[in-house]
Parts: sequence; structure tokens; C-alpha cells
Amino acid sequence: MLFVNRLLNLRSLHNLHSSLWIEWRIALRFLADNPLQTLLISVAISVGAAVIVFITALMLGLQNNMINKTLGTQAHIRIEATQQHNIFSEIAEGRYVWALESPRAQRLQTINNWQQVRDTLDKYPQLNAVSPLISGPAFAQKGTARSSVALVGIDPKRYHGIINLQEYLLEGEFSVTASDVMIGSQLAEDLGLRTGDKLRLDAGDNRQSVMNVAGIFELGVRELDSRYVYTGLKQSQTLLNLPGGVTLIEIKISDVFVADYWARRLQKLTGLYVQSWMDSNAQLLNGLQSQTMTTQIIRVFVAMSVIFGIASVLAVSVVQRTREIGILRAMGSSQQQILRVFLLQGGLLGLAGSLLGVLLGYLMVQGFNSAGQRLFEIVLEPSMLLSAITIATVAGVVAAMVPARRAAKYDPAVAIRYV
Amino acid sequence: MSNQNQQVVLQLNKINKIFNPNTPLANHVLHDISLQVSRGELVALVGTSGSGKSTLLNVMGLLDVSSSGELYIQDHLTQGLSEQQRTQLRSESIGFVFQFHHLINAFSALENVLMPLMLRYGKPSKEQTEYAKYLLNEVGLSKFIYKPTNKLSGGQQQRVAIARALVSRPALVLADEPTGNLDTQTADEVFNLFERFNIEHQCAIVIVTHDPRLSARCPRTIRLDDGRIVYDGASVDLPTNFQAT
Repeated sequence: MLFVNRLLNLRSLHNLHSSLWIEWRIALRFLADNPLQTLLISVAISVGAAVIVFITALMLGLQNNMINKTLGTQAHIRIEATQQHNIFSEIAEGRYVWALESPRAQRLQTINNWQQVRDTLDKYPQLNAVSPLISGPAFAQKGTARSSVALVGIDPKRYHGIINLQEYLLEGEFSVTASDVMIGSQLAEDLGLRTGDKLRLDAGDNRQSVMNVAGIFELGVRELDSRYVYTGLKQSQTLLNLPGGVTLIEIKISDVFVADYWARRLQKLTGLYVQSWMDSNAQLLNGLQSQTMTTQIIRVFVAMSVIFGIASVLAVSVVQRTREIGILRAMGSSQQQILRVFLLQGGLLGLAGSLLGVLLGYLMVQGFNSAGQRLFEIVLEPSMLLSAITIATVAGVVAAMVPARRAAKYDPAVAIRYV
Repeated sequence: MSNQNQQVVLQLNKINKIFNPNTPLANHVLHDISLQVSRGELVALVGTSGSGKSTLLNVMGLLDVSSSGELYIQDHLTQGLSEQQRTQLRSESIGFVFQFHHLINAFSALENVLMPLMLRYGKPSKEQTEYAKYLLNEVGLSKFIYKPTNKLSGGQQQRVAIARALVSRPALVLADEPTGNLDTQTADEVFNLFERFNIEHQCAIVIVTHDPRLSARCPRTIRLDDGRIVYDGASVDLPTNFQAT
């Protein structure tokens, strides 16, 4: 008896391996045998898949657009010198000291060893651009008109990776040197400046310089357009009285959503004060997160309706196929084989439906992109289409589980009498 | 194994079957059924409707489990086997023919015949396909092997079912009213096939039938009444009052 048992088990192992062929065949035939039902559910699945693809792509496009708009004119990570703070003398154990502390004024200060920091950061391939710059307050003056501005001394080659000013140029040319400055469109309007005009910059303590307006840019952010004055690094260093110093290192990274991680990492690395765009744009981030959540909820509900659709069709199919299941069982098919036949059907429906759906979603996106006035373009990434197909196929298998188990558990003696 | 044991294909010892046991709906269908079927036997199983014939056939075919008693298929005790092992034994040793032919319409005649082999071994080999074609030829359907089975007549479908029952060269073929819904002439033709394969392949065949003409053609008859064997012997000696069903 033991021998028989072992023999049977060995055989069944062999069966598991060799018999998937017939499960595929039966599953395909069962689907092909009822073409209308198969077509209807495939279309239903494809509509669901198309909605998921479209809404995901739409949200992604929208978010990318918002991020690009916001982050196009600012760095992802900013490194500043450590803030100055009061240092207390040590307090002997067991004694308490009441102290009234008045916080230190944060004067403009340079980042120590910024050349070293810059060179170190240059070694990380994930940091797309590293741009040291000096930024401080000044007055811009033309005739008797004055306006408070932010002087930004840059190294043009490096700053190009942070904000490509060339793109935002309204007039003139991109040139920041010891004598040339770039100003924002709002400031130009406020002071009545045109390209080629002279502009006096006054950074206090009699540090003044008359500069030539080489170009006027418009970043689309009023605050920046009315305040930013770009000069060469050296010029600003002189004006702000920080010879050879920089106050900021701006960084752009490839994946904006890991800015937090990099900020923390660079904080540890440099010991300086590091902020990511996520810290300074909490509202945007919050908005993006709610959008993502909304999308997620819609996707989950659509996916659920697809899953229940597949499940209900297969549930009906299992009942319709009761007699055939009984025959197959009497012909020697195992419960596992029956189970797999219906799981395969679920997977195949998911696959067929999602292939159709991805195509439909693609057409919808094309339609959106080519429909006249729009704020942004949706980009469909192949990886997303692939994952939609994978998810739908897996969902099909999952949906088939309950009906398939029911089919496998049919009592063959009863099933075979079912007419 | 003794020579005699090899000869016994099917052995039942005190088989009982109770549906819904331990409930008010309990229904004792088979009472202490004991019988043996040997290699090459052709047995008619007769009895009135509700006498338990089909239940007995299902138990013998491992489609249903008995409530008590022992069932041996070719020396294998079947009680205590797992569902999987029972399926295995069924696919190796038993062929079925049902009243309503029970073919799978999504497949052709040839694929239906090959189904037991495909379920066991996957893609059929050339030899297996050739053997299935040979069987279809033997039952006179060589012209219809690629036809979907729902395009065939009742008699043709039943002949496909017979070819299917034989394709795995089983030691035992169980037929549940295989001629039940066929006209007399077709029924005779189908029965001729059973007789022929019984002799050629030496497989044991148990046929449930209501047709006294056909049961008379089987050498041995077992008669069931209310779930008890009331006669088991040569068909020619069957008492006349047992003949009418």
C-alpha cells in the first residue's frame, strides 16, 4: 500500500509538470466556445484598463507639469552656511541657570571650504547640477527710482543646470560678467529699463557699481521677476563684501521625489544647513499627494469593478460548464487541473482585455494631446502600459480564484448529472 | 501477486452508501454490496429506477465515496486514498460511458477521445493520436474525427464516448445506460461495439441498462432492488420476474 501511495505521488508530480498544456488548451477552447461572452467581458475589462491608463497618464502629466513649472525656477536642494547661534558656557552639575537669550542676527556669511564641498558633490552622478552662488540684498537705482533687489552672483556655466536663463530671455542676451547684469521683466518695468541701459547697484556701506543691462528675463514668478538681478560671481562678491565667498550651493537632482533623502544625506556629509524643495514647497507637495491619492482611489475602484466583472462572468461560466467539469473529472482530471483551467481563463481575459484597453487608453491620450488648447502634454510611458497589462492579468487570475475553487470542488458524481 | 488476484479487476466488500448521514434526510441507498468482476467479464447491472444502480456505478468508478465497506480496483484498496490518488487511479484504470454521451462540445471528436490521455500526459504523442484514430475508425467514425462533437448524431456521439473510454486501455469500463436515448437499431450497433472490445481488449465491462434485450446479451447479470443485490449470476438463469424493469 505504501508503495502504491508513493508511486501515485510521484506520478502526480510528473503530471503537474506535463499537463499545463492541456489546461491552456481547455481554457482557450472554453473562451473561444462562448465568443460573445468572452468579447463582452473583454470589452468591459478594456474600458476599465483604458480608464486606469488614461487617468494615470493624465495625473502624471499634470503633476509633471506642475513640478516642472515650480521647480523649473528653483533648485531642488539648497545648501547654506550653518545659522549662527549663541553658545553658552558650561554649567556645573547640580546648578541651574536662567538665561534670557536674544537670537543672533544672521549676517551674510560664506560657506567655509565651498570649493571642497562643490568638488565633493560633483562626484555624485545623481546630482545633475551643482552651482555655488552668492546672494544678498541690494538696491537697484535708475535716476531717482529705487527698488530693493536680490543680488545673485552666479557662475553662468554651472547655473545653467539650475535655471536655464536662456530659455526665459525676453530681450537682450544672456551675459553676466563684471559689468553685465540680467534683470527680471518686472524690475525692468518698475525702473523703466531696457537692454543696454545703465543700472546702479547699491549694496550698502558705499559699495556701489554701475552695471549694463545685458538682458531681461521673465521666469513667470512675480517675486523673482521683480527682484532678481544676476551678476557675475566676482561682482556680487565685491558688492556684498564677501570676497571669494559664496552663500549658497544650489543643486538639481535627477529624481525630484528623493530630494528629501539627498538633503538629509548632504546634511550629514557637509554639516551645513540643507533644505530640499519639499521643505520650501510644502503646499505643492501636499497638493501632489492629494492628487496621487485621488488617482489611486479611482484606480482601485475601477480595478475592483473589473475584478468583480471577471469574477461574475467566470462564476456564470462555471455553472454553465458544470457538466463538462464533471466529464473532465471522470476522464481523470485532477481538482488542481480544473482550478488551473479557470485561473487561466481569468488571466487570459485580463490579458486580452488589458491589451485592448491599453490600446484604447493610448488613443484617448493621443486624442487629448491633439485636442486644441491644452496646458500640458501627456506622456505615455511604455513601463506604465506594461504594468497595466501585468496588473490586469494578475487581477484576472485573482478574480478567477473564487469561481475556480468552486469548479474544482464540484462533486463529479453530481456534476456529471447536471444538464 | 497471485494469478487469481490479477484476474480480479473490481472487488466490493460490504459496500454501504448513505446520503446525508446523521440527518433527518439520511437516505440509505446501498446495503452491504459485495461482488467481484474479473478480467474480460461483461456484466449487466439492472434494476428499477431508484434501486441504486447509478450510485453503485459511481462508487465503483471512484466518482463517489462509499460510506463503509471496501472497494478494490485491481488490488488497490481505494478507501483512505486522497482525492488526488483516487483521480489518478480512475484515470489509469477506469473508462466511462454515460447515457448522455457527455462529450465536450468545444473539442473535436478526436480531441474528445484523446482527452483522458491529454489530461494525464499533456500533449499527445504520435502513437496516442494514432491509437485514438484507430479507435474512431473501429467505431466507424473515421470520417468525423475532426468534427466538433455537437455536429454528430446521438449514436455517433455515443460511439465517440466509447472510443474515449477505451483510449487509456482501462482494465474496467463502466457504462451508465449507454443506449438509453438511442433507437433500437443504433442501440444494437453500440452494444455490438461493447461486445467486440470486451473480447478484443479483454477489459471488464459493467453496463447499467433498462433494456432486457441487451442485458440478456451479457453473460452475467447483477440485479439490484432497493440497494440490495437480489440476483448475481448467469443472465440465462435470471428469474423472469426480475427481467422486466
